[in-house]
Amino acid sequence: MKYETVIGLEVHAQLKTKTKIFCSCSTEFGRQANENTCPICLGMPGVLPVLNKQAVEFAVRACLATHCEINPHNQFDRKNYFYPDLAKGYQTSQFALPIGKNGHVNIEVNGNKKRIRILRIHMEEDAGKLIHGENLGIPGKSYVDFNRTGTPLTEIVTEPDLRSPEEAREYLTQLKAILEYSEVSDCNMEEGSLRCDANVSLRPVGQEELGTRTELKNLNSFRFVQKAIEYEVDRQSRILDQGDRVIQETRLYDSDKGVTLPMRSKEEAHDYRYFPEPDLVPVAIDSEWVERARKNLPELPEQKRQRFVKEYEIPEYDAGVLTASRALANYYEDSLALFSQPKIVSNWVMGELLRELKNDDRGIENCPVSPTALTDLLKLIDKGSISGKMAKEVFEEMYRTGKPAEDIVKEKGLAQISDSSSIAKLVEDILEANPQQLQDYRSGKDKLFGYFVGQVMKASKGQANPALVNQLLKDKLKQN
Amino acid sequence: MSAIFDIDHIALLARLRLTHAEKDKLGRQMETILGYIDQLNQLDTADVEPTSHVIPIHNVFREDEETKPFPEKDYLSLAPAEKKHHYEVPQII
Repeated sequence: MKYETVIGLEVHAQLKTKTKIFCSCSTEFGRQANENTCPICLGMPGVLPVLNKQAVEFAVRACLATHCEINPHNQFDRKNYFYPDLAKGYQTSQFALPIGKNGHVNIEVNGNKKRIRILRIHMEEDAGKLIHGENLGIPGKSYVDFNRTGTPLTEIVTEPDLRSPEEAREYLTQLKAILEYSEVSDCNMEEGSLRCDANVSLRPVGQEELGTRTELKNLNSFRFVQKAIEYEVDRQSRILDQGDRVIQETRLYDSDKGVTLPMRSKEEAHDYRYFPEPDLVPVAIDSEWVERARKNLPELPEQKRQRFVKEYEIPEYDAGVLTASRALANYYEDSLALFSQPKIVSNWVMGELLRELKNDDRGIENCPVSPTALTDLLKLIDKGSISGKMAKEVFEEMYRTGKPAEDIVKEKGLAQISDSSSIAKLVEDILEANPQQLQDYRSGKDKLFGYFVGQVMKASKGQANPALVNQLLKDKLKQN
Repeated sequence: MSAIFDIDHIALLARLRLTHAEKDKLGRQMETILGYIDQLNQLDTADVEPTSHVIPIHNVFREDEETKPFPEKDYLSLAPAEKKHHYEVPQII
């Protein structure tokens, strides 16, 4: 049978505050276990949490950047569960009155534009990290690091609008860019500052009612999100084809084996008994606050894309690639400030630069070729000192060694010959050495022009300026 | 067993191991408490705005500045067991 895939995503993004959401402990990653703790995040009796204003500012910004309505009346709720990753026995979250709702993120997959609706965005605190058994100590024990406990998060929940693993991946890519651009989150998946759970179900094509869903956890990269969903779609369609029913459950993705496996039901307790958090007072966000935040909102990917097309007159495709991450867009604009030929810079950034980075599995942040170094190379081409073809060779060397373009050109003797007298000499030599071809050319074999060009280029070891060779050869052939 | 709640489920959520006698006693007490909620439910609150906090104040914030009241070893030393700066608990998977 033919099924339609229905996916909803829940993304947890860590807000970029210096301190935790309800206490003044640092949120810095990589510190010694339990260094970033205090009586509040350890849930000692009698302590009083106080909300970090910056966390609310960031959450408001996340809502605006995803076109959400902002709830003027916010409150926090306790989500009760007993698990050692939170010492309090509950997570402080928002349930009944989340900060944002009814937003959207636009995506484009295979040329199809689509709007993915956001159901809600709420603020909450993160839980601690658990290490099990021999990984730290002895079997039969687990170990808790509360450094992450109380780190401010926003949870961003979509409507079930995604229809394929590719769409899910693209949505995440766009959302990540939006959160980075709006300076709300670092979105560092390795450090866990961006995490994703996926709800996946299938239904026969044409059916309105949603099928039974499973929730996928432990999706540590965008690639794993796509792979896990692909696996799950396959698994569920096999179950449905056999006439069986999908069981609603939480499944963990095992990236080594490439499969999803059911979590033991003991680990789940879907009975959270939410109630309003009495230790925190409500948060009122009036229109003045919202407007101030709107004014301070940095340029978002979509706006930047449109501006690039308009201001730099580059194709929409280029603008899309160049604005995929804020760092890349900055790299592009920094380069343009030094060499103002937008399409040429775009070609080099999208072509040579991104190819090298991809081969290297490196981000633009760690690019060994700076905008200054790249544009110095482009200036050499512009001046005619080297050919475009040689420049590619030089670029590879720059990327590998970090040396400036000019040094590499000198070392390798790659400088293009743009001096007319030396090229004229080469042209004469070639014509003299090929009397037969010259005669054939004169008697109408025009195609031999290309042959002469080739010979001159060869004689110059590819270093002659091709435009100049063409010009001088034409002149010479006319003369005689 | 009560018609409105399952004492075994409540005990599981609270991680409590209860004897039959305790279940019986606590079950009856909870019936009384929930009965009181029923009594509250009889009140017509259609025109009353939900209260999430008893004091009529809002927007109490702190600035995003780091402080560190005590060194972490002070807390770790309060725990029944610790190892390599971690709190040690019974294995939970």
